[in-house]
Amino acid sequence: MLNINDNFPEYALPGVKKVHFEPYADNGGSIVAIAGDDYAVIGADTRLSTGFSIYTREQKKLFKLSEKTVLGATGCWCDTLTLTRLLQARMQMYEHEHNKAMTTPAVAQMLSTMLYYKRFFPYYVSNILAGIDGDGKGCVYSYDPIGHCERSTYRAGGSAGAQLQPLLDNQIGLKNMQNVTEAPLPREKALALLKDVFISAAERDIYTGDSIYILIITANGIQEEKFELRKD
Amino acid sequence: MASVLVPELPTPGFSFENCQRNAFLEHKGFPAPKATKTGTTIVGIIYADGVILGADTRATENTVVSDKNCQKIHYLAANMYCCGAGTAADTEMTTQSVSSQLELQRLHTGRVVPVETASTLLKRMLFRYQGHIGAALVLGGVDRTGPHIYCIYPHGSVDKLPYATMGSGSLAAMAVFESRWKPNMSEEEGKKLVRDAIAAGIFNDLGSGSNVDLCVIRSSGPAQYLRTYEEANVKGKKQGSYRYALGTTAVLKTRVIPLEVESVSVHQVQPMEVEPSR
Repeated sequence: MLNINDNFPEYALPGVKKVHFEPYADNGGSIVAIAGDDYAVIGADTRLSTGFSIYTREQKKLFKLSEKTVLGATGCWCDTLTLTRLLQARMQMYEHEHNKAMTTPAVAQMLSTMLYYKRFFPYYVSNILAGIDGDGKGCVYSYDPIGHCERSTYRAGGSAGAQLQPLLDNQIGLKNMQNVTEAPLPREKALALLKDVFISAAERDIYTGDSIYILIITANGIQEEKFELRKD
Repeated sequence: MASVLVPELPTPGFSFENCQRNAFLEHKGFPAPKATKTGTTIVGIIYADGVILGADTRATENTVVSDKNCQKIHYLAANMYCCGAGTAADTEMTTQSVSSQLELQRLHTGRVVPVETASTLLKRMLFRYQGHIGAALVLGGVDRTGPHIYCIYPHGSVDKLPYATMGSGSLAAMAVFESRWKPNMSEEEGKKLVRDAIAAGIFNDLGSGSNVDLCVIRSSGPAQYLRTYEEANVKGKKQGSYRYALGTTAVLKTRVIPLEVESVSVHQVQPMEVEPSR
């Protein structure tokens, strides 16, 4: 259909204007989280960008919510900031009320509720929560922007999520392979795999690069690590 | 009479026969497939003894890199090359078509074709198609009147400049030129400047990336195409091994077709003699 406004802007009536409000921005970034028997590792790239330009090459997208819980969030960065501040406040309220720290599954459930509360004006954020659960086992929870929550042992999210997840499915989930035996994933191997999948993602996703910020969560606390990626 | 053996020659120019059908399909909610765009940094400068062209090597489809090492500096004639940004197919085909016309012109006149001619052919072609051919070009070359750099936009407008940038990384590259370009630079100085301008695009523009290609066209002597002048980004080294043991892939069905060789003959093909250009 030929439309005057779209095809012949010079013949459109003056004064008739559609003003569009765009409340969301896509600031890119990717996250990968892997849970083991007694640990969880979570990594996110440190590039914050919009369109074709980079805001910063060193933005940490992982939030230490407690000694046993870390949240990774990408998408609209302003929504990430609001959501995590709210989440931290709610966790503090819980601690004051119940006189104990929130467990990772409890935080996971609360995050789901908080996201669904904004069902019709959602936080534009891809969340992945990693940590140690009440039994001391590693756990990973992944979300969609409006609060669907799923517990798994490994998960990729963000702008390169679709590129990262199949490799994890194959290497950790042992999908599409014959004659393979399942074995618990050692921490060193999980860490190496996490770095390797990010190397691949940085090759093909323009929003993923610069470096990865990694947190390793164990019963003894949280270790930090940084790994360089390509910068183009 | 057209037949399978003697097919009818297609009419020159584009075929528009599917336009109406595609408009209908789009109206029904079936969008047309997207073309590969080269979110690009391309540049060209004039230096003391000719021109230097530069380009990055990333091609993208939306946010995904579709080619990590593509060629964006196209051959036009022995004395001129052309960098292309925009729709990959359009830059490729437009430069190929003009290159062929330039060669015919050279054979017809028996002289080195001026760069102005290429600029005119390109702008006429692009203006005729009113911007639907999405080619943004930086044309560079030398002729008897000296070195020339032209900027040609998709709608057919032309700028003649001593230094030019195009593509999504043009601002990053132009920032480098504006601060450091000066007349009569030496070849080494010029190559360094062009490398730095392309590197600025590669690192600061997400649509540009991978390596730096250069092309030096000197007033004295032949053009020098420096493919992968610098590998600006090295791929990270993997820590794990991702080799699979034999028998990991499932074989669903096996069928063996025996091949019987009845006779073998070898033909020698003589290469055709072609007159070299220039």
